[in-house]
Amino acid sequence: MLSNLLTGLQHLATLQNLLLVIAGTTVGMVAGALPGLTATMAVALLVPFTYAMTATNGLVLLGAIYMGCIYGGAFSAILINTPGTPSSIGTTFDGYPMARAGRGEQAIVAATIGSAIGGVFGVIALIFLAPLLAEVALRFGPAEYFWVGVFGLTIISSLAQGSMLKGLAGAAIGVLISTIGIAPVGGDVRFTYGSVAMQGGVDLIVILIGLFCIPEVLTIASRAHVRAESLEYKRDKGVFWNTTKEVLAQRANLLRSSIIGTIIGILPGAGGSIANLVSYNEARRASKTPEKFGTGHLEGVVATETANNAVVGGGMIPLVTLGVPGAPPDAIIYGVLMLQGLHPGPEMFKERADVTYTFMLGLGLSALVMVPIGIYGGRLLTRFVATLPKRYLVPGIAILTIIGSYAIRNNITDVILMLGFGVVGYWLKYLGFEASPIVLGLILGPIMETGLVQALLIGQQYSSPWTALFVSPLSWILIALSFLSFVWPYFGPLRRKFQKPALAPRQP
Amino acid sequence: MNRSLVAAIVLGAGAAAGIAPAHAAEYPSEPLNYVICFNPGGESDITARIQEQALKRHYKQGVVVSYKIGGGGSVGWSDLVHSTKPDGYTLAGHNLPHIVLQPLQRGNAGYQTSDLENVYIFESTPNILLVRNDSPYKTLKDFIAAAKGKPSGLTLGGSGSASANELGTIMLNKAAGIRTTYVPFTGSGSAAPALMGGHVSGLMSYSTMAIEHKGKFRALAIMTDERMKVLPDVPTFKELGYDLVEGAYRGVAAPPGTPDDVVKKAAAIFEDVMNDPEVVKKMDENGFKIEKMGPEQSTAFVNSRIPLYKDLVKDLGQAKAK
Repeated sequence: MLSNLLTGLQHLATLQNLLLVIAGTTVGMVAGALPGLTATMAVALLVPFTYAMTATNGLVLLGAIYMGCIYGGAFSAILINTPGTPSSIGTTFDGYPMARAGRGEQAIVAATIGSAIGGVFGVIALIFLAPLLAEVALRFGPAEYFWVGVFGLTIISSLAQGSMLKGLAGAAIGVLISTIGIAPVGGDVRFTYGSVAMQGGVDLIVILIGLFCIPEVLTIASRAHVRAESLEYKRDKGVFWNTTKEVLAQRANLLRSSIIGTIIGILPGAGGSIANLVSYNEARRASKTPEKFGTGHLEGVVATETANNAVVGGGMIPLVTLGVPGAPPDAIIYGVLMLQGLHPGPEMFKERADVTYTFMLGLGLSALVMVPIGIYGGRLLTRFVATLPKRYLVPGIAILTIIGSYAIRNNITDVILMLGFGVVGYWLKYLGFEASPIVLGLILGPIMETGLVQALLIGQQYSSPWTALFVSPLSWILIALSFLSFVWPYFGPLRRKFQKPALAPRQP
Repeated sequence: MNRSLVAAIVLGAGAAAGIAPAHAAEYPSEPLNYVICFNPGGESDITARIQEQALKRHYKQGVVVSYKIGGGGSVGWSDLVHSTKPDGYTLAGHNLPHIVLQPLQRGNAGYQTSDLENVYIFESTPNILLVRNDSPYKTLKDFIAAAKGKPSGLTLGGSGSASANELGTIMLNKAAGIRTTYVPFTGSGSAAPALMGGHVSGLMSYSTMAIEHKGKFRALAIMTDERMKVLPDVPTFKELGYDLVEGAYRGVAAPPGTPDDVVKKAAAIFEDVMNDPEVVKKMDENGFKIEKMGPEQSTAFVNSRIPLYKDLVKDLGQAKAK
């Protein structure tokens, strides 16, 4: 393995590959920052450029784009409250409040350092533990995926800031929206009301832009008396080093988020969109100051951005070992492997080790390259957005939302839906409904539905098909985790209640 | 004045007459927009990517592979039929049995099978029955015997609902008198880990998957007339006494109303691309079976499949009602 690593390093250290890493990371960051351009699309769009390249060069470039894209989503999440990719949904929770309080640059530094650490962690797991961890992915069958979805939904109990009931209602709305279109299993046509465009269902990005961005644009626009700035910007000289120190001090948070990201990356079908929310939830649960989450707390930004970049390396694990893409962009990289005549499995680690190790090291390098590019670019972008007069900022963002929602599927219906959900989102916000439970329902709905229906089909062999949901020990572990996660938020107040009387007598 | 009027009319008529044929004569003089209606990384996408380089030699202005995903392809095909300029510069990848089964099953799929102007059908991926390498089923006979022994049957994963994989499973059930349960996954790629992890007994998948996962899966039989060159050890169902030939066929279609000569020229380009040694090599390596059906041939082929699919749709309905 060591000799392979050295060979990889040697191949990577050519001027050509280093330039590809830098270029790929930069392009990825820009694409990621634009709402509507997901990592999957960015990688797919750039596949033709790799035809003229060797397998190594092409893979290094695409890997860097993927890595940069996942990180780039943080910029728009922090600066305009719109996740640039679904992997940065949770970054809006604390990143945007930070930006509004004039701490945007601090949030971006935290996101950068977290992304780099998470990215490197995922790659280390990929290089050293790939064959071992890949087997874990296979344990998850339809029944287990159903329970993963249920577990994911329990996050609502901590995402719902105010009312639990509103959180659950929001999730139910999200799950319902996810049923529009052709059923993932069975192919039935549902809730399209005769519209063919609706057969494709409502895309997650449409909802993301609609529910997160439009209400914010409307809010900024409605504050008419604020003359120029929408965001405050305070110049802070030591921001990079101070924030970096603060982030590095959160060792437990960094490690936990990296592990969560890597594991969720390994699971086929789940990706950064779930990883960042789970990681946010866990960071909040483990935190000594959970009440600060959602108000512009650095820990929240670190948790989401570390986890989503760890997904990149994690998702490659089942890909290079089993030929099973861990996350959606991996499916495109799989296609490139096939075109280049590379076959996942032992062959990639023996006969084609030079290509494989160069690719994996390139991924790691691109995570590191993000730091200088991100800090410099992020500073410029923060100042630009913060000092841009509102009369340019609001229409500017509005145009971006329209281009972004059209770009997803080249479909005008998506733009109309996005605007519709934007208006609905504005009113829901007014009524105290958060956008995040709705989005969570929309992400997890299809995972639960597919898992449930497939498990029931497989369960035909039992007297009751529902038995299939409860046969594996892994299912039971997930059920237990879901239960714990759901009741956890109620333990905090309960504990304090018990602690108070205990403390009282001690005070004279 | 009279003369100039005549000249103008002649010139005008000449220009008017000239425009249409010139358009076809010059085809291709614009870039090709090659629309894929399924997720990137799937069989249709891989095929397009294999062809892209060779296509660029003909479409000198460029080839853009774009995606219009949703509804198992119907969103893209409906868009092709209703809102695409029929000039031959936008072609969409299409797929049998999807383009026949969707209009049959959904009532309104947004397009009719006959709306799609067939340009060329260039490849197929025959159905193949896969089990794990360590599975006790060494042959098709073992598998069928086991299925007969289990009254509720075995489970077979596959790509999509009302797809070639599901039809293949139904055909096998009928022919062998067994009751396996078909479990649809979203794409052939996501069905593979379910078999690797032992969550289904086998896969009714495509030939491409047998190549991709050579080290992990054993192919019991393939639904082709003759053995595939790249899978010489895999017997056909026919050899084993079951007359089953089925798979997914992929090609490109143009919007309705595309001039015949443009369709012919586009078809000639695809024919040439499918003869390109590099394309042939990559298609073979990845387990695709090359088909060469021009506009008339592919339309005739689509029409010939309709009665067969109609029959099977009845079985699909019954399977669902159960």
